[in-house]
Amino acid sequence: MSAVTAKSPRWAAIEEAVLPPLVALLLAMVVGDVLILTFGQSPGAVFKLLLEGTWGNAYGFGQVLYKATTLVFTGLAVGLGLRAGLFNIGAESQLAAGGFVAAMVGLLLPAGVPALLCLPIFILAAALGGGVVGAVPGVLKARFGAHEVIVTIMLNFIVLALLNYLTSNKVHVPDTLHTAELKSGALPRLGDFAEPFHGSAANVVILLAILSAVGLGWFLFRTRSGFELRAVGLQPKSAEYAGVNVPSVTWRALAMSGAIAGLGGLNYVLGYKHYYEEGFATGAGFLGIAVALVGRSHPIGIVLAALLFATLSQGGLAVNALVPKQMVDVLQAVVIIAVATSVPEVRRLLRGARRSAE
Amino acid sequence: MNVLDFAAQTLRIAVPYLLAAAGGVLSERAGLVGLSLEGYMLGGAFCAAVGSYAAGSPWAGVAAAVAGGALLAYLYAVSSIRFRGDQVVVGIAINLLAVGLTRFFLRLIFDSSSNSPRIPGFTVKGSGTGFGALLQNPLVWVGLVVIPLTAWLLYRTPFGLRVRAVGEHPVAAASVGVPVARVRYLAVLLSGVLAGLAGAYLALDQHQFTDSMTNGRGFIALAATIFGRWDPVRAGLACLLFAAAETLQIQLQGTNVIPSQFVEMIPYVLTIIALAGVVGRAVQPAALGKTTTE
Amino acid sequence: MTPPRTNQTPRMPDSTLPAPSPAIRLRGIDKSFGAVRANRGAELEVVRGEIHALVGENGAGKSTLMRILSGMYTPDAGSMEVEGRDVTGWSTAEAIAAGVGMVHQHFMLVPTLTVAENVVLGSEITRGLVLDRAAAEKAVHDLSARTGLLVPADRLVSELSVGEAQRVEILKTLYRGARILVLDEPTAVLSPFEVRELWQVLRGLRDAGGTVVLITHKLDEVIEVSDAITVMRQGSTVTRMPTSGATPQAIARAMVGRDVALALDAGYTGGGALAPGATEALLQVRDLSVAGRRSAAAAVDRVSFSIAPGEILGIAGVEGNGQTELVEALAGLSAASGAILLGEHDLVPLGVRERGDLGLSHIPEDRHERGLVLDYSIADNLVLGQQHRFTKGATLDRARILDNARRLIAAYDIRPTDPSVAARALSGGNQQKIVIAREMSRDFRVLLAAQPTRGVDVGAIEFIHARLREARDQGKAVLLVSADLAEVLALSDRVAVMYGGRIVAVLPRAEATPDTLGAYMTGAERAA
Repeated sequence: MSAVTAKSPRWAAIEEAVLPPLVALLLAMVVGDVLILTFGQSPGAVFKLLLEGTWGNAYGFGQVLYKATTLVFTGLAVGLGLRAGLFNIGAESQLAAGGFVAAMVGLLLPAGVPALLCLPIFILAAALGGGVVGAVPGVLKARFGAHEVIVTIMLNFIVLALLNYLTSNKVHVPDTLHTAELKSGALPRLGDFAEPFHGSAANVVILLAILSAVGLGWFLFRTRSGFELRAVGLQPKSAEYAGVNVPSVTWRALAMSGAIAGLGGLNYVLGYKHYYEEGFATGAGFLGIAVALVGRSHPIGIVLAALLFATLSQGGLAVNALVPKQMVDVLQAVVIIAVATSVPEVRRLLRGARRSAE
Repeated sequence: MNVLDFAAQTLRIAVPYLLAAAGGVLSERAGLVGLSLEGYMLGGAFCAAVGSYAAGSPWAGVAAAVAGGALLAYLYAVSSIRFRGDQVVVGIAINLLAVGLTRFFLRLIFDSSSNSPRIPGFTVKGSGTGFGALLQNPLVWVGLVVIPLTAWLLYRTPFGLRVRAVGEHPVAAASVGVPVARVRYLAVLLSGVLAGLAGAYLALDQHQFTDSMTNGRGFIALAATIFGRWDPVRAGLACLLFAAAETLQIQLQGTNVIPSQFVEMIPYVLTIIALAGVVGRAVQPAALGKTTTE
Repeated sequence: MTPPRTNQTPRMPDSTLPAPSPAIRLRGIDKSFGAVRANRGAELEVVRGEIHALVGENGAGKSTLMRILSGMYTPDAGSMEVEGRDVTGWSTAEAIAAGVGMVHQHFMLVPTLTVAENVVLGSEITRGLVLDRAAAEKAVHDLSARTGLLVPADRLVSELSVGEAQRVEILKTLYRGARILVLDEPTAVLSPFEVRELWQVLRGLRDAGGTVVLITHKLDEVIEVSDAITVMRQGSTVTRMPTSGATPQAIARAMVGRDVALALDAGYTGGGALAPGATEALLQVRDLSVAGRRSAAAAVDRVSFSIAPGEILGIAGVEGNGQTELVEALAGLSAASGAILLGEHDLVPLGVRERGDLGLSHIPEDRHERGLVLDYSIADNLVLGQQHRFTKGATLDRARILDNARRLIAAYDIRPTDPSVAARALSGGNQQKIVIAREMSRDFRVLLAAQPTRGVDVGAIEFIHARLREARDQGKAVLLVSADLAEVLALSDRVAVMYGGRIVAVLPRAEATPDTLGAYMTGAERAA
């Protein structure tokens, strides 16, 4: 077999996968510069401060890791859906539901149970909470053909309203929006092992996030079920021809997607605050879409994209003295739009260039 | 509370829904998902505040809101039509962009992270909540006529015929020389203008802009669009229904008969039921959300 | 690559007056879609006031050439003239304005609009700002009355029959003042009665001075209705001739590029070791029915047949007469009633995978839609449908998948030979070889082969035919469905004809000739 040359189909696929996010980042930088200049600051100084406040010190880096952890979960959830050809916009409510159910379990467990012993129970609880919320649009799609985009969006509002009701009427600590603390099962923060991280929210749930990414990669690209799921996403009629039960894969994929998002709730409930609080999931679902998109629905890409978006979020706080932290909200949106538009455009340009080179 | 007051309160809540849902119907009938109504509305509200504040006249606010909504809609249209970006992705990003931009410029212009200063509106302070005060607001009148006007546009004019054609079978429309992209651009821009007006109504009615003040109203309008099965009149009725439920909830506040959260759910639950086809299946325009090759 | 120009082809009998510019003159048209060259140096000249047949096999480039004429595609090279004017690369709107109207094979109608709305779309009649509905409906009525194309102006198109929808398509072009009407395979979906009506309308248009281009691959139609003929093959124009004096044999020869009768005689090699009917049938189908998608009529209507081991049963028929639905029902891809017996097993309640495990192999009609996952590698596509046999616990057994791929790539000469290349990057012939290799290498007893050589080159056709004969000779039962009559005749031991969702005749190979089959295929004749 000949060596892989620069013109091989595999190289072309890599080009098409990697270039759009880079183009998007470049565009976001440009927009960022413009915003910074309108505020009368120097872009160089702002970006320098942004990096110093995130990757430049242990606390900032810990915060980045904490935020990235949640985004890895929601990014993987959205990415799994996309691999099956499904758009899960409900990661936010699935994340909240996972956290809520885990917190409820934490209230029921007796005090003093070792963390390692109750960890599987929490994992199950969080996955169940998110999975049930994900399964609803899955079943509605498989059974009635109801479009999952609209259903997951609508379900976000329904589930969050329901959780708010339950929290504020049933289980909250008076005068707060959160529940009581877990009696057992709380996990250590990274600061407990490494002093420099002290004060940051980063905790050992990050290991679960990495494990999930590895597991999802294994599932998608190594197992028979993953093979069939990706076939459904790429060409449902061919998958049907290949003996795959498409409706069944559809609802399972959305349920699984919801379960992964639900696991993300542990980052807050088990690793950080040790209770459920209204609104802890706000924005993480939409950012999960951005993460999956920039990461091209590949676990490695998703982890990297989660770090990028977490850096932006945390960086916003770091630069707030110079420019409003809201600048990063704008940048995140610009990245999403740029990726969404540059994927088809870059592919078209690349293919045109290759054809004329032949 | 008497019936008239109830009706007035319902209308007051319904106006932004009616405006945005009319935009939602136009956009979706042309084949473009209306996920970004929320973003147009928020952008419109902010521009209305800036315009009204700067010029000292609510009319300037209205004009600015129209421009702001249209600008965001144009960005959506260019991204999804010209550059063939995924409509759902771009639509969501437009919403995030609107949140980010309004916050950024709230800091830049008004040096606040929560709200603008008080701005001139149409209603006179302390004029009550009845119809009398409500009907002083010209945007309420716009809200009242927008549904029949949209129905007229969609079903009676050549433009409407083309909108219905490009959302259903763009290739067929193109084969008889209909400029598909141009029709889609126009429909999306109109939806941006209408949702922008909805935002202007909110800001002018409350005499200020507050951060994320649309609070999901764009999504309620989208729910009404779908629950109304992409028909302007039915979508308008859905808006009134959703608004009446909210009015009822406000009346019942404190009595604890129905928790407010359950009333909040009503539009969304009804929409999901409609989509699942439990009562009369909602069939969306055939080309909705699809990127067309031209 | 351009074929020799056919300057010597007989011109239309003309007076001594200088010839007026032709209605259409296309020269040296090239058009590629990615790697596919749909047109290469295609030529077409159509005289005003004639019905001109544009014939050729599937994939000969007829539709592409006509879409270029109607402005839907821009040619990569070549020149276009309409009524003496250079119109190279014009738009649909310009083509319509110049009086060129096209009736597409797949109707370009908006189902949710009414007939009148569809007719006026893009050229609306207005009263002030408002659509003038009454005027639109009146225009439709007037055109109906003038042409005999009767349609209900205020009905939704989604409620129309196929024949009615086609009339709307023609009215649409006439409403726009079409003087040159292009129809792409207009009879594929029509009943014989509707076909006769259509001919009448077209003759009427011609006699009123209009020009008609008729794309078709049915020779009886060509002879019956056209004045002149242009034949295309593999994207190029082969010849142009007047219809008077043309014989079906001569046209067919030009279409396929070899002597058909000769090819048929050479192609059919006789049955395998087992004579048909000598043993228990391997596949028995009884009263199989499939509900229609659009109309109330069943797509497949109480079809019964059986295939013995070592037999190829060919199904001939005009496309759209239920063949696709029949194969999908047999494969388990759509719901059906009746019985499908493979040996002693009834397949009807079983899913696709169970049917495969019982020995049913399926070469689907459309490799892009069904047969391949285009973004999967060659290796992965070579196990598609049998992924459950290539596992090690929950995971796929990569080593065996690669092994399988190497073996089949060599045996079936699939190129490129790198198993990790995505199927999308392959030529049509090599893509089809993946499907054939996969379906013929599995453990099977019955093979469903639907359009097995569609869109592949000549070399690959010979190869695929040899594999099908090989399967028969090994005692498999083969169901061959093909729109290409020559293929059916070259391979089948018996030939069944489908018409209107039913099997209207089953003929032994000796009795099956293009003439006898043609009569059944067009519904002119029905067996008891």
